[in-house]
Amino acid sequence: MTDTITDPQAEAEIGSAAEPAAEAGLWSDAWKQLRRRPLFLISGTVIVIVLLMALFPSLFTHVDPVTGNLDQSGADPSSDAWFGRDLYGRDVYSRTIHGAGPSLAVGLLATIGTVLVGSLAGLVMGYARGLTDAVLSRIAEIFAGLPFVLGGIVILTTFNKPGEIVPAGRLIAQVVLTIVVLTWPLAMRIMRAAALTAAQQDYVKAARALGAGPLRIMFRHMLPNCLAPVLVYGTIQLGVNIGAEATLSYLGIGLKDPVVSWGVMIAEVQSRIIQMPHALFFPATFLVVTVLAFVMMGDALRDAIDPRGR
Amino acid sequence: MGRYTLRRLLQAIPVFLGTTLMIYYLVWGLSSDPFAGKCGQRACPQSYVDLMTKRLNLGDPVIVQWLKYLGGLFTGDFGRTFSGNEVSDLIANAAPISFRLAVVAVVIEIVIGITAGVVSALRGRSFVDSLILISTLFLISLPVFVTGLVVKQVFGVELGWIRTSVPTDPDVFQLFVPGLVLGSLSMAFVARLTRTSMMENTRADFVRTAVAKGLSRRRVVVAHILRTSLLPVVTFIGTDLGSLMGGAVVTEGVFNIRGLGGLVFQGIQRQEEAQVVGVVVLLVIIYLLVNLVVDLLYAVLDPRIRYD
Repeated sequence: MTDTITDPQAEAEIGSAAEPAAEAGLWSDAWKQLRRRPLFLISGTVIVIVLLMALFPSLFTHVDPVTGNLDQSGADPSSDAWFGRDLYGRDVYSRTIHGAGPSLAVGLLATIGTVLVGSLAGLVMGYARGLTDAVLSRIAEIFAGLPFVLGGIVILTTFNKPGEIVPAGRLIAQVVLTIVVLTWPLAMRIMRAAALTAAQQDYVKAARALGAGPLRIMFRHMLPNCLAPVLVYGTIQLGVNIGAEATLSYLGIGLKDPVVSWGVMIAEVQSRIIQMPHALFFPATFLVVTVLAFVMMGDALRDAIDPRGR
Repeated sequence: MGRYTLRRLLQAIPVFLGTTLMIYYLVWGLSSDPFAGKCGQRACPQSYVDLMTKRLNLGDPVIVQWLKYLGGLFTGDFGRTFSGNEVSDLIANAAPISFRLAVVAVVIEIVIGITAGVVSALRGRSFVDSLILISTLFLISLPVFVTGLVVKQVFGVELGWIRTSVPTDPDVFQLFVPGLVLGSLSMAFVARLTRTSMMENTRADFVRTAVAKGLSRRRVVVAHILRTSLLPVVTFIGTDLGSLMGGAVVTEGVFNIRGLGGLVFQGIQRQEEAQVVGVVVLLVIIYLLVNLVVDLLYAVLDPRIRYD
């Protein structure tokens, strides 16, 4: 994994041009591997479809997800409403499509936050070692020691008392920050392990001998070589975070009603599953398939990047 | 070994202080008026406010309150709730149930997870291997509450094979299905971890030596490959036991189990701050202790690691 890596984007393009003479860098090699993996192709397709649902819900449905018809409360799937209707007579199909947006947004923002905070801390710790490493390790352990759901309950209920009505934007920000605060130690550990190895390599010593400052060494030399495992982790974590958002919403401390997300939909129907199983089945299926797609994508990425598994 | 144990214990102290301070501050420090809404629509009687303020040290700054709380902890005093219950009594009632559930989950993880991982690793690229890989991916993607709701609906309501809610003081068998739901995610991780780790070790020099000196395949696999490969698995299971005790909030909710998770949730709904802090602090202590034990187990399992 110590090949020269200049620019992942450029290398990937060289790989896609399929020139046998092109140098086999980490990313071009990975891309060649990936193109042939059915796991990658399937998960890629699912992710593209879900992204389309999140960005352009009107491509899939024109029904308003929030207006309900109480006459048709809990109606079974029919040609009128493909996935049936929920307790308030709202179209489950339309809600499932519109639910993709908030679910994905929370997952994506939380993952970006986790990876940024975690890699930054891990990189600094791997480079500096000694006291910085020890202090940051202890701080990370403080957060790692809190079980995710418990930590989420304590944090979110501290800022919003039970029953309090909170604007949707603030709630989304709180949920994202809660997930980041509770999961960054994992990303940190992965980055730190990679950075500790990288800091011992000859190219880092060479860069230091040439007079490069700590920032330059960390970001220009070490970071590109430590990025792969964190990106794999990030892809999987994106799926897991979508599930985490749903879990928090299910417990009633995450997103709430006017916002439509898969977790909110499942939370609303949980006490009436017996009367209207379809209102649980469809959002749960979309949730699981989306999470599965990201986890599979991460898995395929790891196989392609890490040559040991081949 | 003794010196290493001591150093790890000392390292755990700042983590313990940091976590408890954070929880204490979140729960007590950030609420402006702990008596808001406590006595229904009207304000609480002054005598009650005075009594509680004195008992919970509410007059002091949060940091002093926290220090006094820690002092109480060392004598086994987890504080009292507003309604007068000893938090340690509440914990003593709920903890055995949570512990039983976590143990059931971990045993299921170990038995099914490690078996699946070993089978998958030994078969190499085969149908069984792919099947196990795909099903673990699927399990990882299922949020626990979805698994729980679906299992309860299908096996409890429609097929009638299991009871949808668990009795007040359940035994190990009644906790089997909730344990399976709770452990399903980690089970998949254990299977994958075992598989990867075994595949790496199969090509190691010490395995070649073992084969070369004429050991039977069973002996090579069990005594050489498996023993080394279980190292990361043990770490994972150890930390998992700690987090499962508190991470079972969702499973406990779905199956109506009265464990520690439910205690926290109930504490928050009734605004019993002492109850919330007590349970979370207990879980943090468990987590730290389990991590310590896991680190020390390393040396026992891997002869290459010596701490002195």
